[in-house]
Amino acid sequence: MTPDGLPGGAPAVVAPDELLPQRWALSGVLRHRSLAAGLVISGLLALVLAAAPLLTSADPNLQDPMASFAAPSLAYPMGADAFGRDLFARVLYGGRTTILASFCVVALGGAAGVTLGLIAGYAGGLVRFVIMRVVDLLLAFPGILMALTVSAVLGPGLMNGVVAIAVVLTPIYARLVEGATAEIRHLPYVDAAVTLGAGAPRIILRHILPNVSPAIIVLTTTWLGVAVLWIAALGFLGVGVQPPQPEWGAILNDGQNYITLAWWITVFPGVFLALLVIGVNLIGDGLRDQLDPTLARF
Amino acid sequence: MSGYVLKRLASIIVLAFGVTLLVFLIIRLIPGDPAVVMLGTNAGDAALIERLHQQLGLDRSIPAQYVIWLGNVLRGDFGYSYGQQQSVASLVAQNMPATIELTVASLSVSLLLGCLIGVAAAIRRNQLLDTAAMSVALAFMSIPSFWLGLLLILLFAVQLPWFDVVGGTSLKGLVLPAATLALGTAGFNARFVRSSVIQAQTQRHVLTARAKGLRRSQVFRRHVLRNSLLPVLTVAGLQVGQLLSGTVIVETVFSRPGIGRLLVQAILAKDYLTVQAVVLIIAITYALCNFMVDVLYPVLDPRVGTR
Repeated sequence: MTPDGLPGGAPAVVAPDELLPQRWALSGVLRHRSLAAGLVISGLLALVLAAAPLLTSADPNLQDPMASFAAPSLAYPMGADAFGRDLFARVLYGGRTTILASFCVVALGGAAGVTLGLIAGYAGGLVRFVIMRVVDLLLAFPGILMALTVSAVLGPGLMNGVVAIAVVLTPIYARLVEGATAEIRHLPYVDAAVTLGAGAPRIILRHILPNVSPAIIVLTTTWLGVAVLWIAALGFLGVGVQPPQPEWGAILNDGQNYITLAWWITVFPGVFLALLVIGVNLIGDGLRDQLDPTLARF
Repeated sequence: MSGYVLKRLASIIVLAFGVTLLVFLIIRLIPGDPAVVMLGTNAGDAALIERLHQQLGLDRSIPAQYVIWLGNVLRGDFGYSYGQQQSVASLVAQNMPATIELTVASLSVSLLLGCLIGVAAAIRRNQLLDTAAMSVALAFMSIPSFWLGLLLILLFAVQLPWFDVVGGTSLKGLVLPAATLALGTAGFNARFVRSSVIQAQTQRHVLTARAKGLRRSQVFRRHVLRNSLLPVLTVAGLQVGQLLSGTVIVETVFSRPGIGRLLVQAILAKDYLTVQAVVLIIAITYALCNFMVDVLYPVLDPRVGTR
């Protein structure tokens, strides 16, 4: 018996996704231009943010009235803000917040959506009907509007912002996973596993989830870029991160207030933010081409 | 055909009721007493709280509250904004025209720009122009609109004296906000149009048209472009809702009046009645646009069945 619980010699139905390991080969990844470019951009950014304590000794929250609106110089590589806080340190540490929050968003929304989708797709019937109608309802709101509304209910704050955006992602994951699960559910190899006495949790986790995962991975990279944008947008609008904690969107809100006085508060965090989103989107494009041939661009 | 429309109409009505239910719940889900939260600094006034309780029907059961609220909403009564000292309906009415203007302007820009870039890239497929156009499109999609808006202000209002830092409602004041709002969707549309055109080019009737001797440009105009721009309509319908909610950010960046900025200010001021009104209006508009696309599409493209 193989670990799948199938007789060793029986040729199980080979889903196209079984080819996954070869597709993942590093040479293939690097041959794909946008994937390689995205990995380089995001990797470099991640490295810079991770090395923040080595790159600057400044405290991102330390105020210095003498340095208020100091222009970029050797002492303040990106200048200083209204309170004389070192912008370079704020951008580096703020980026950590933005990125960490974005990962939490996709993890939270993805976990909830995948679980709901698997349950709906596997159970079928009334369970599926109820879950999918709720999903339809949630999808009836444009994403950013939904995120704003939920954070209006929960109140300001980074954690609430994360939950709000995760709520937007949940139905998107649920719909994708539900469709794929319902399709796989009736493939012969699943019937075989049922016949062999495998229980629902085992079938879902060992036989269905692995075959849905390439689509989940593609969806996650696509929405990671959006999560970054929306976390920063909530920070910018003042409903996300609260001062004095640095975060790219919140710093840009400062930038707007002093736009005629200090261009550097607006320019630098935005460059980092845009680069990160471009990097993540390039990875998403590349992964989609490689993992999901049906969606490949011509 | 009419059966199809009726079916779609029924489903959108059900959806709209679901949307009203969720929007209604906004005010019941906020932690604490909604009346106290909304009144903010005036919350010390017990009589005022009592009055608001009565107005919101908070002393009744939840289903009864919903029925009362829905009845009021259907009559155009969204309640009274204590922060702004006027009815929510009049607040929305004052702010609506500017937002419609901005949304229509940016939808046109994003469609025009997207089609131009997308068609150009498709014609020069896999050549330098294609790569360049698709890189630009990706950059458009990746640049946060609030940062782009700030950069445009910095460049064209602070450095160059072409525009005012605080946008008015004049036609000139529309230029920068519309460009900002349009760019992201323009990038998306460019990619969409490109793959749509390329897909249309691979159809057999295109080959036939070439084989019977039509010139390349004729084939492109009559057989490729017509077929490939239809799907763009679907996308455009969906984008109305996205652009409407995008005004939340763009109107804030440019300090421009509109329901988007109204929503942000209402959220920050905990003026939940206004939040409800704006969210409801945008969500219903979004649903209506989807409905219109669903109904119009089979008319424009008879190949699509209407079961």
